[in-house]
Amino acid sequence: MKALSKVYNFLIFAFLYAPILVMIVYSFNADKSRTQFGGFSLRWYTELFHDQVILKSLYISLALALLSALIATIIGTIASVGIHAMRGAPRRAYLAVNNIPVTNPDIVTAISMMILFVFFVTKLNGMEMGFGTLLISHITFNIPYVVLSVLPKLRGLNSNIYEAAQDLGCPPVPAFLKVVIPQISQGIVTGFIMAFTLSLDDFVISYFNSGSTAQTLPVTIYSMTKRPYSPKINALSTLLFLAVMALLLIVNFRRSGDQKKEVHS
Amino acid sequence: MHRKSLSRVAINAPYTVWMAIFVLVPIALVVYYAFTDAAGRFTLQNVASIVDYSHTFFTSLELALISTAICLVLAYPLAYAISRMHVKRQSTMIMLVMLPMWMNFLIRTYAWMTILEGNGLINRAVRALGGEGFHMINTNGAVVLGMVYNFLPYMILPIYTVLTKIEQSTIEAAQDLGANRVNIFRRVLLPMSVPGVISGITMVFVPAVSTFVISKLLGGGKTFLIGDIIENYFLGNTGTVDYNIGAALSLVLMILILISMAIMNHFDKDASAGGIM
Repeated sequence: MKALSKVYNFLIFAFLYAPILVMIVYSFNADKSRTQFGGFSLRWYTELFHDQVILKSLYISLALALLSALIATIIGTIASVGIHAMRGAPRRAYLAVNNIPVTNPDIVTAISMMILFVFFVTKLNGMEMGFGTLLISHITFNIPYVVLSVLPKLRGLNSNIYEAAQDLGCPPVPAFLKVVIPQISQGIVTGFIMAFTLSLDDFVISYFNSGSTAQTLPVTIYSMTKRPYSPKINALSTLLFLAVMALLLIVNFRRSGDQKKEVHS
Repeated sequence: MHRKSLSRVAINAPYTVWMAIFVLVPIALVVYYAFTDAAGRFTLQNVASIVDYSHTFFTSLELALISTAICLVLAYPLAYAISRMHVKRQSTMIMLVMLPMWMNFLIRTYAWMTILEGNGLINRAVRALGGEGFHMINTNGAVVLGMVYNFLPYMILPIYTVLTKIEQSTIEAAQDLGANRVNIFRRVLLPMSVPGVISGITMVFVPAVSTFVISKLLGGGKTFLIGDIIENYFLGNTGTVDYNIGAALSLVLMILILISMAIMNHFDKDASAGGIM
């Protein structure tokens, strides 16, 4: 039974990793063929770093993820404090609205925002689809995740300390920044990282709300899959995979250090 | 007291305004577009035209349900095996489950094209062994495979999370009381893992039923899902743009998912009311 279970686990992991392995191997293919392996080469990596479209969209993706995560973290953290103080029906209403972008399928969130933007472009003749609309849509789907990671941290907070600081003469805003924020910083950081990665990974919402001037990396990858095959995608994917692996390893090492301290709490 | 409530309003203002404009208004616009025609007059035509797409809705539901079922069957044994491992090994295994999740799903789906296509790796291997080769890409089967591959980790993780909370001593107690493997699974593990199974099912079913990318890449335009139709009506890549019908279809999709989530939550309540305690 134990051996059977081991074989089973191995098969599932083989299933999960086989396509990634195939991609990595073919990123070093000297041929342009998708399946014929014609020897080792770094040709596609060189071409990748000379592809201005890809480099530009990578830059846009990173800027977008950073900005949207930052703004969403600020709005979301302040909102969490407000929601935390609420009781009863208003609290339930806020949490219900907060859950809409989380539970709705991406495509519905995407087209609903697209309608809003098109509505304003045609009716008010305001802005055009581009980085601005991308940023707004990313902030919108990021905020709920920040709230969901900050709110639980506030639950364990002793509100007396905040009031004590004010009793001792500290004005509300500095008291908030110096007393409350440090105590919930873990939730804020988690929310920020989550928002950042969600934004970086998003395709569907960007696809509907990007216009032609600002395309994110996933949108560029999608348009590459529709053109004739180029192993550049494999090279790009391999680099992204290595980056993600490095990031996860770092986070994991850091967390295993933390876990030792609080494993039984 | 008055000052306190004022500052509360100030604290909530940015979030309230943002969510109202960018979450609630867009949803209201979807409803508005769904029930009006191009000239803005009230009509039920868009919602009624869903009958024309009942076949597509059915295909989407069918493929998403099949994928969800396969994910559940594949994920449960693995999640259980991981939950019974040594704590240190558990976190390594979970990281291995999560790693592919962090790759963009476009890339993960694209990778399967290389493996499945007519001249792809599987067929070349089969032919090298003297076989005939199969037609795999651009079929419903390929779309299901893509869904299972993409969403399997979303099933493994929540099931693992609930299973890891079940103490080994609980299982041993059942064994001591004479339960065999089947009974331990049916009467101890399964009832206790219902919340994880339910969130796994939701996390797989929702993206599967609403996808348009997996069907485009692995279905090759032969498998049309409801997501493909919605995409077409909004971006008009292969047809006419019609926000009104697109909005109506999105509205139906949204309601469909709300209903299935309500059903799932109902099961969850039944299970927890069913008296494990």
